[in-house]
Amino acid sequence: MSRARLVPAAVAVALVATACGAADTPAASNTDAAITIFNTEPENPLVPGNTTEAGGSRVLDPMFTGLVEYRAEDAQPVNAMAESIETTDSKVFTVKIKQGWLFHDGSPVTAKSFVDSWNWTAYGPNATQGASFFSQIDGFAAVHPKDPDGRDGPQEAPAPTAETLSGLEVVDDHTFKITLSEPFAVFPVTIGYEVFAPLPEAFFKDRLAFEKHPIGNGPFKYVSRTVGSDIKLTRNDDYKGTDKPKFKDLTLKVYQSRESAYADLVANNLDFLEELPPNALAGKQYETDLGERAVQRETLNMQTIAFPFYLKPYDNVELRRAISMSINRDEISKVIFEGTRKPADGWVHPLMKGYKPGQCGEYCEYNPEKAKAALAKSGYTGEIVLLSNTDGGHTEWAEAVANSIKNTLGVEARFAPSTSFGEFRQKVNAHEMTGMYRAGWIADYPSIENWLTPLYRTGSSSNDGGYSNPAFDAKLAEADKAASEEKAIELYLEAERILAEDLPMIPLWTQNTIAGRSDRLKVANLDPFRRLDLYTVEVA
Amino acid sequence: MGRYVLRRLLQMVPVFLGTTFLIYALVWAVPGDPFEGKCGERDCPASYVAAMRDKFNLDDPLLVQYGKYLLGLFQGDFGVTSSGLEVSGRIAAAFPVTVKLAVVALLIEAVIGITAGVVSGLRNRGFLDSLVLVSTLFLISIPVFVTGYVVQLVFGLQLGWISPTVNSPTFGNLIVPGFVLASLSMAYVARLSRASISENRRADYVRTALAKGQPTHRVVGVHLLRNSLIPVVTFLGTDLGAFLGGAIVTEGIFNVPGVGGLVFRSILTKDGAMVTGVVTVLVLVYLLMTLLVDLLYAVLDPRIRYD
Repeated sequence: MSRARLVPAAVAVALVATACGAADTPAASNTDAAITIFNTEPENPLVPGNTTEAGGSRVLDPMFTGLVEYRAEDAQPVNAMAESIETTDSKVFTVKIKQGWLFHDGSPVTAKSFVDSWNWTAYGPNATQGASFFSQIDGFAAVHPKDPDGRDGPQEAPAPTAETLSGLEVVDDHTFKITLSEPFAVFPVTIGYEVFAPLPEAFFKDRLAFEKHPIGNGPFKYVSRTVGSDIKLTRNDDYKGTDKPKFKDLTLKVYQSRESAYADLVANNLDFLEELPPNALAGKQYETDLGERAVQRETLNMQTIAFPFYLKPYDNVELRRAISMSINRDEISKVIFEGTRKPADGWVHPLMKGYKPGQCGEYCEYNPEKAKAALAKSGYTGEIVLLSNTDGGHTEWAEAVANSIKNTLGVEARFAPSTSFGEFRQKVNAHEMTGMYRAGWIADYPSIENWLTPLYRTGSSSNDGGYSNPAFDAKLAEADKAASEEKAIELYLEAERILAEDLPMIPLWTQNTIAGRSDRLKVANLDPFRRLDLYTVEVA
Repeated sequence: MGRYVLRRLLQMVPVFLGTTFLIYALVWAVPGDPFEGKCGERDCPASYVAAMRDKFNLDDPLLVQYGKYLLGLFQGDFGVTSSGLEVSGRIAAAFPVTVKLAVVALLIEAVIGITAGVVSGLRNRGFLDSLVLVSTLFLISIPVFVTGYVVQLVFGLQLGWISPTVNSPTFGNLIVPGFVLASLSMAYVARLSRASISENRRADYVRTALAKGQPTHRVVGVHLLRNSLIPVVTFLGTDLGAFLGGAIVTEGIFNVPGVGGLVFRSILTKDGAMVTGVVTVLVLVYLLMTLLVDLLYAVLDPRIRYD
């Protein structure tokens, strides 16, 4: 899905000015240029509702434009294909879409394109990855019945009793109604995700042909694919949106490793790599290699330490406070991450609309005295274990955190590594953790709600530690039902305050992502979702 | 000769069955959930997992799964990957690249290695001999990934003579990765041929040939070299098999879209059909390579007969 072109003009001018150095008048950018950016091989067929991993998303994102798009500067949703999204009760939403938009094959984008696409993605037997995103729409249980014994159980999910979501209703060619099963104030924020993209008639006629040659409605259209080496897109000159790209051809090149992509980036053979490999970050090597070509910004992810509430002594709130106050976040982020991490002071990411600093209060600040006092109160004297997988470069900080706890509290604290992410996640899901463990979260959609509900609500999809607090759940429910987004944000912040008392997870730090661009790109910015913001790209 | 080849080909059947079964079983024995990471940072929906398990027969017992796989294989169906691509198509795309890289590497290895070996073998303990010994020792002692990164860094990034990665896998572009890939084996080939040449130099038949008054180039080129090459050919043959199995490290450094990286990524994502498909082809290639080497012995040394 395309993201609206919105980097403040001042920044763009400043970048152009530095890039051109002494030149008095900056040369006009080359609007017919072709650029090549890093990609990984897509893991799934190229259908928006069935692609939630990065390799496929990088291809489909520029090809489809949804109802709303997230602005690159602050991740806020703005209307793209939607003319308006209106509601009076946060339960029924009336969506009007813009007229005159076409798919790349020339067929018009209508309300039906959205409704059909959503119905297809949500339908259980289609087995899409994105189905769960539609669970708030009325009638989801009928089209996507729950597996009675979970995904690993022997029983199969019962057959669906309906083929379409009862909560979706086409009013006319350019209007449709969405009815949710429960009021949900931030719903319009969630629909900027790719799985909510419209699909053309052609998809429903011949799915296999579509997968070979996807047809979207976005600013770029599909040209060709060489499996295992690259995918080529080109600018859609009939595009009706405001976010028109300033270059012509986009090649997404598949790399075997980030390291080889980095070598190409340094040699200016590759135009953009959105996350530099560890060998470039170590000792700030990229500063020597790239100089001004390094691109940095805060992105929507947060590192935390989660507690298994099913295991003693981690269910003891005083112990959790003691551990949190004994971690010297400032020093670790400076020494281990060389300043690319920013200590977190709450559970909501600072880039979110409504973010309030200091929500965690004193429990997220390094304070050896209070940490010792809290430990004494907890009455625990045994060993503290921190578990993490090591394949994502987690060893160094995990050891530093364990040492910080050990030195401050004077109890035995150790880091217990686990080799692969897959194995680690399997144990987390199976509630087999033998200590507190590394967790991280990347926002699905830029809402304060997404940083609370999935992680801490009783029985939520990603609440793997088993935290449960009825007061917190009640506050979330109240916020979901709020009539306006402002009111909802206020209530969500109150819910966040409840977390501070319980400390179900220790916020550690948020991340700055470091990317790199080639000499050819005059302007290239990262968006908060760790991708190249294609609409600000200017080629010299 | 014909019966020998037939017997060897028949022997391949049990080897083929055994290896494919082992690989199939091992891919699924690797710990970790095949659906982890498939859906990005979140867990995959239950309906997706159920459909995929069904599609790849993951709920059947291992033997039944393998049986179904084998049945498809005999009908020429290698299956599909989880991304909906034909495994056979992926193999057909990746294999020619690896074959090119292997041929380039083999040529470099054979030409440079044998030349160095012959030159140093003929001049025992001279300056050239010492030079070959020292330089091969040097090559043997550095791992391929070091050579790869150093070549990429020095010639690709600092001097800018070559492109740091392979843009399109043509023979010309593959010379540098081929050189890196061949560097270690080149040293072994040089040492093998050196030892073989210096030993055979004193053999009776060489003395006879010299006594007959034959010119030196004929003695060395025809009599000496032909007999000394047997151990070298064995080495080159198995090495070619190994190259065709993909060079994960070299391919990764130079971004060559070959078999090695394909297998590596498929193992990580637990794409069983892909791993088994590729490795099945590799097993066949390896078996054929060893057969070819054995047949070459008879060509090189007329004393060896296969009937």
